Amino acid sequence: MTELEAGSTTGSRRARPLSPHLQVYKLMLTFVMSGFHRISGAALYFGMLLIAWWLIAAASGPNAYANFEWFMGSLIGRLVLFGYTWALLHHLLGGVRHLLWDLGLGFEPTEREFLALATIVGSISLTLIIWVIGYLAMGGPR
Amino acid sequence: MRTPMSSVRGLGAAHTGTKDFWHQRITSVAGIPLCIAAIVIVIGLLGRSHAAVVQILGSPIVAIIMLLFIINTVYHMWIGMQEIIIDYVHEDKLKLATLLGNTFFCFAIALASAFAILKLSFGV
Repeated sequence: MTELEAGSTTGSRRARPLSPHLQVYKLMLTFVMSGFHRISGAALYFGMLLIAWWLIAAASGPNAYANFEWFMGSLIGRLVLFGYTWALLHHLLGGVRHLLWDLGLGFEPTEREFLALATIVGSISLTLIIWVIGYLAMGGPR
Repeated sequence: MRTPMSSVRGLGAAHTGTKDFWHQRITSVAGIPLCIAAIVIVIGLLGRSHAAVVQILGSPIVAIIMLLFIINTVYHMWIGMQEIIIDYVHEDKLKLATLLGNTFFCFAIALASAFAILKLSFGV
Protein backbone atom coordinates (compact mmCIF):
# COMPACT_ATOMS: atom_id res chain seq x y z
CA MET A 1 0.00 0.00 0.00
CA THR A 2 3.02 2.32 0.21
CA GLU A 3 2.74 3.27 -3.44
CA LEU A 4 -0.89 4.26 -2.95
CA GLU A 5 -0.14 6.42 0.06
CA ALA A 6 3.14 7.84 -1.16
CA GLY A 7 1.51 10.85 -2.80
CA SER A 8 -0.16 12.03 0.38
CA THR A 9 2.75 11.43 2.77
CA THR A 10 5.47 13.20 0.82
CA GLY A 11 3.58 16.46 0.70
CA SER A 12 4.15 16.64 -3.03
CA ARG A 13 0.50 17.47 -3.71
CA ARG A 14 0.13 21.19 -4.18
CA ALA A 15 -2.75 23.07 -5.70
CA ARG A 16 -1.86 23.15 -9.37
CA PRO A 17 -3.50 25.15 -12.14
CA LEU A 18 -6.24 23.14 -13.82
CA SER A 19 -6.96 23.06 -17.53
CA PRO A 20 -10.38 24.31 -18.61
CA HIS A 21 -13.07 21.65 -18.42
CA LEU A 22 -16.47 20.90 -20.00
CA GLN A 23 -18.21 24.13 -18.98
CA VAL A 24 -16.08 26.47 -21.10
CA TYR A 25 -16.66 24.72 -24.42
CA LYS A 26 -19.45 25.46 -26.84
CA LEU A 27 -21.88 22.56 -27.03
CA MET A 28 -21.27 20.90 -30.38
CA LEU A 29 -22.65 17.74 -31.94
CA THR A 30 -19.22 16.06 -32.10
CA PHE A 31 -18.74 16.76 -28.40
CA VAL A 32 -22.19 15.41 -27.50
CA MET A 33 -21.60 12.28 -29.61
CA SER A 34 -18.29 11.74 -27.80
CA GLY A 35 -20.18 11.79 -24.51
CA PHE A 36 -22.89 9.50 -25.88
CA HIS A 37 -20.22 7.02 -26.93
CA ARG A 38 -18.93 6.72 -23.38
CA ILE A 39 -22.39 6.71 -21.78
CA SER A 40 -23.69 4.07 -24.21
CA GLY A 41 -20.57 1.99 -23.54
CA ALA A 42 -21.18 2.15 -19.78
CA ALA A 43 -24.85 1.24 -20.30
CA LEU A 44 -23.90 -1.74 -22.48
CA TYR A 45 -21.48 -2.83 -19.75
CA PHE A 46 -24.38 -3.41 -17.36
CA GLY A 47 -26.58 -4.56 -20.24
CA MET A 48 -24.37 -7.65 -20.52
CA LEU A 49 -26.20 -8.81 -17.39
CA LEU A 50 -29.25 -9.29 -19.64
CA ILE A 51 -27.28 -11.41 -22.12
CA ALA A 52 -25.88 -13.50 -19.26
CA TRP A 53 -29.37 -13.87 -17.74
CA TRP A 54 -30.78 -14.91 -21.14
CA LEU A 55 -28.10 -17.58 -21.69
CA ILE A 56 -28.24 -18.90 -18.11
CA ALA A 57 -32.05 -19.02 -18.24
CA ALA A 58 -31.95 -20.98 -21.49
CA ALA A 59 -29.40 -23.38 -19.98
CA SER A 60 -31.37 -23.74 -16.73
CA GLY A 61 -34.68 -24.94 -18.17
CA PRO A 62 -38.17 -24.01 -19.38
CA ASN A 63 -39.26 -22.35 -16.09
CA ALA A 64 -36.22 -20.07 -15.85
CA TYR A 65 -36.60 -19.23 -19.54
CA ALA A 66 -40.28 -18.43 -19.05
CA ASN A 67 -39.34 -15.96 -16.27
CA PHE A 68 -36.85 -14.27 -18.59
CA GLU A 69 -39.41 -14.11 -21.40
CA TRP A 70 -42.00 -12.69 -19.01
CA PHE A 71 -39.65 -9.88 -17.95
CA MET A 72 -38.50 -9.03 -21.48
CA GLY A 73 -42.11 -9.09 -22.67
CA SER A 74 -43.24 -6.63 -19.98
CA LEU A 75 -43.34 -2.91 -20.67
CA ILE A 76 -40.22 -2.24 -18.58
CA GLY A 77 -38.42 -5.16 -20.23
CA ARG A 78 -39.24 -3.87 -23.70
CA LEU A 79 -38.12 -0.35 -22.77
CA VAL A 80 -34.83 -1.72 -21.43
CA LEU A 81 -34.35 -3.86 -24.54
CA PHE A 82 -35.17 -0.91 -26.81
CA GLY A 83 -32.64 1.24 -24.95
CA TYR A 84 -30.13 -1.62 -25.13
CA THR A 85 -30.64 -1.93 -28.90
CA TRP A 86 -30.11 1.79 -29.40
CA ALA A 87 -27.05 1.91 -27.10
CA LEU A 88 -25.50 -1.06 -28.92
CA LEU A 89 -26.04 0.42 -32.39
CA HIS A 90 -24.94 3.88 -31.29
CA HIS A 91 -21.76 2.48 -29.77
CA LEU A 92 -21.20 0.33 -32.87
CA LEU A 93 -21.54 3.26 -35.29
CA GLY A 94 -19.60 5.58 -32.96
CA GLY A 95 -16.89 2.93 -32.85
CA VAL A 96 -16.69 2.82 -36.65
CA ARG A 97 -16.30 6.62 -36.56
CA HIS A 98 -13.42 6.26 -34.09
CA LEU A 99 -11.79 3.57 -36.25
CA LEU A 100 -11.98 5.92 -39.27
CA TRP A 101 -10.26 8.59 -37.19
CA ASP A 102 -7.63 6.06 -36.12
CA LEU A 103 -6.89 5.59 -39.84
CA GLY A 104 -6.50 9.36 -40.18
CA LEU A 105 -9.74 9.80 -42.13
CA GLY A 106 -12.66 12.17 -41.58
CA PHE A 107 -10.95 15.00 -39.69
CA GLU A 108 -12.13 17.91 -41.89
CA PRO A 109 -14.79 20.13 -40.22
CA THR A 110 -17.58 19.09 -42.60
CA GLU A 111 -16.55 15.41 -42.36
CA ARG A 112 -16.52 15.53 -38.55
CA GLU A 113 -20.00 17.06 -38.48
CA PHE A 114 -21.28 14.57 -41.05
CA LEU A 115 -19.90 11.59 -39.08
CA ALA A 116 -21.43 12.87 -35.85
CA LEU A 117 -24.81 13.35 -37.55
CA ALA A 118 -24.55 9.99 -39.31
CA THR A 119 -23.90 8.31 -35.94
CA ILE A 120 -27.05 9.63 -34.27
CA VAL A 121 -29.36 9.42 -37.33
CA GLY A 122 -27.98 6.00 -38.25
CA SER A 123 -28.31 4.55 -34.75
CA ILE A 124 -31.93 5.72 -34.33
CA SER A 125 -32.95 4.52 -37.83
CA LEU A 126 -31.25 1.13 -37.42
CA THR A 127 -32.84 0.66 -33.98
CA LEU A 128 -36.31 1.25 -35.45
CA ILE A 129 -35.59 -1.01 -38.44
CA ILE A 130 -34.36 -3.84 -36.18
CA TRP A 131 -37.45 -3.53 -33.95
CA VAL A 132 -39.74 -3.64 -36.97
CA ILE A 133 -37.91 -6.77 -38.18
CA GLY A 134 -38.14 -8.20 -34.66
CA TYR A 135 -41.89 -7.67 -34.44
CA LEU A 136 -42.36 -9.09 -37.94
CA ALA A 137 -40.29 -12.15 -36.91
CA MET A 138 -42.65 -12.63 -33.97
CA GLY A 139 -45.70 -12.31 -36.21
CA GLY A 140 -46.72 -8.74 -35.40
CA PRO A 141 -46.99 -6.77 -32.13
CA ARG A 142 -48.37 -8.69 -29.16
CA MET B 1 13.68 10.80 4.78
CA ARG B 2 11.48 9.99 1.81
CA THR B 3 11.73 12.53 -0.97
CA PRO B 4 9.32 12.75 -3.90
CA MET B 5 12.13 11.50 -6.17
CA SER B 6 12.76 8.36 -4.11
CA SER B 7 9.07 7.51 -4.09
CA VAL B 8 8.86 7.43 -7.88
CA ARG B 9 12.29 5.93 -8.62
CA GLY B 10 11.87 2.55 -10.25
CA LEU B 11 8.23 3.29 -11.04
CA GLY B 12 8.93 4.57 -14.53
CA ALA B 13 7.43 3.54 -17.83
CA ALA B 14 6.25 -0.06 -17.84
CA HIS B 15 6.52 -0.14 -21.65
CA THR B 16 2.97 -1.44 -21.96
CA GLY B 17 1.28 1.97 -22.18
CA THR B 18 -0.36 1.34 -25.56
CA LYS B 19 -1.43 -2.25 -24.89
CA ASP B 20 -4.96 -1.37 -23.73
CA PHE B 21 -5.36 1.14 -26.57
CA TRP B 22 -4.37 -1.44 -29.18
CA HIS B 23 -6.41 -4.26 -27.65
CA GLN B 24 -9.45 -1.95 -27.53
CA ARG B 25 -9.03 -1.43 -31.30
CA ILE B 26 -8.63 -5.17 -32.00
CA THR B 27 -11.77 -6.00 -30.02
CA SER B 28 -13.72 -3.13 -31.61
CA VAL B 29 -12.93 -4.34 -35.15
CA ALA B 30 -13.81 -7.92 -34.18
CA GLY B 31 -16.93 -6.61 -32.45
CA ILE B 32 -18.48 -5.25 -35.67
CA PRO B 33 -19.25 -8.62 -37.34
CA LEU B 34 -19.81 -10.34 -33.97
CA CYS B 35 -22.43 -7.78 -32.87
CA ILE B 36 -24.23 -8.04 -36.21
CA ALA B 37 -24.18 -11.84 -35.92
CA ALA B 38 -25.47 -11.71 -32.33
CA ILE B 39 -28.33 -9.38 -33.35
CA VAL B 40 -29.27 -11.76 -36.19
CA ILE B 41 -29.22 -14.73 -33.77
CA VAL B 42 -31.39 -12.91 -31.20
CA ILE B 43 -33.94 -11.89 -33.86
CA GLY B 44 -33.98 -15.46 -35.15
CA LEU B 45 -34.79 -16.74 -31.65
CA LEU B 46 -37.55 -14.21 -30.85
CA GLY B 47 -40.78 -15.88 -29.78
CA ARG B 48 -39.44 -19.42 -30.18
CA SER B 49 -40.12 -22.11 -27.59
CA HIS B 50 -37.52 -22.98 -24.97
CA ALA B 51 -36.76 -26.29 -26.68
CA ALA B 52 -36.11 -24.58 -30.01
CA VAL B 53 -33.93 -21.89 -28.36
CA VAL B 54 -31.85 -24.59 -26.61
CA GLN B 55 -31.38 -26.49 -29.85
CA ILE B 56 -30.36 -23.43 -31.90
CA LEU B 57 -28.12 -21.83 -29.24
CA GLY B 58 -26.45 -25.20 -28.66
CA SER B 59 -25.70 -25.88 -32.34
CA PRO B 60 -21.95 -25.59 -33.04
CA ILE B 61 -21.89 -22.54 -35.35
CA VAL B 62 -24.27 -20.47 -33.20
CA ALA B 63 -22.52 -21.51 -29.98
CA ILE B 64 -19.07 -20.62 -31.38
CA ILE B 65 -20.29 -17.23 -32.61
CA MET B 66 -21.91 -16.52 -29.22
CA LEU B 67 -18.73 -17.58 -27.36
CA LEU B 68 -16.61 -15.30 -29.56
CA PHE B 69 -19.13 -12.48 -29.04
CA ILE B 70 -19.08 -12.92 -25.25
CA ILE B 71 -15.30 -13.16 -24.85
CA ASN B 72 -14.60 -10.30 -27.27
CA THR B 73 -17.27 -8.04 -25.75
CA VAL B 74 -16.27 -8.70 -22.14
CA TYR B 75 -12.60 -7.94 -22.85
CA HIS B 76 -13.63 -4.76 -24.70
CA MET B 77 -15.89 -3.62 -21.86
CA TRP B 78 -13.26 -4.47 -19.23
CA ILE B 79 -10.80 -2.09 -20.89
CA GLY B 80 -13.52 0.52 -21.45
CA MET B 81 -14.76 0.56 -17.86
CA GLN B 82 -11.17 0.66 -16.59
CA GLU B 83 -10.62 3.74 -18.74
CA ILE B 84 -13.76 5.39 -17.33
CA ILE B 85 -12.72 4.58 -13.73
CA ILE B 86 -9.20 5.95 -14.26
CA ASP B 87 -10.69 9.14 -15.73
CA TYR B 88 -13.21 9.88 -12.98
CA VAL B 89 -12.22 8.07 -9.77
CA HIS B 90 -9.26 9.83 -8.18
CA GLU B 91 -9.44 8.67 -4.57
CA ASP B 92 -6.89 5.85 -4.21
CA LYS B 93 -8.88 3.31 -2.19
CA LEU B 94 -12.09 3.87 -4.17
CA LYS B 95 -10.13 3.56 -7.40
CA LEU B 96 -8.60 0.29 -6.24
CA ALA B 97 -12.03 -1.02 -5.19
CA THR B 98 -13.75 -0.04 -8.46
CA LEU B 99 -10.91 -1.45 -10.60
CA LEU B 100 -11.14 -4.73 -8.69
CA GLY B 101 -14.93 -4.68 -8.99
CA ASN B 102 -14.63 -4.16 -12.75
CA THR B 103 -12.37 -7.19 -13.11
CA PHE B 104 -14.56 -9.40 -10.90
CA PHE B 105 -17.74 -8.35 -12.75
CA CYS B 106 -16.22 -9.02 -16.17
CA PHE B 107 -14.82 -12.42 -15.19
CA ALA B 108 -18.16 -13.43 -13.66
CA ILE B 109 -20.17 -12.34 -16.72
CA ALA B 110 -17.78 -14.05 -19.14
CA LEU B 111 -17.61 -17.30 -17.18
CA ALA B 112 -21.36 -17.50 -16.48
CA SER B 113 -22.25 -16.81 -20.13
CA ALA B 114 -19.64 -19.19 -21.52
CA PHE B 115 -20.70 -21.91 -19.08
CA ALA B 116 -24.34 -21.50 -20.15
CA ILE B 117 -23.44 -21.76 -23.86
CA LEU B 118 -21.27 -24.83 -23.28
CA LYS B 119 -23.99 -26.46 -21.20
CA LEU B 120 -26.49 -25.83 -24.02
CA SER B 121 -24.03 -27.35 -26.50
CA PHE B 122 -23.00 -30.41 -24.54
CA GLY B 123 -26.37 -31.11 -22.97
CA VAL B 124 -26.69 -32.51 -19.39
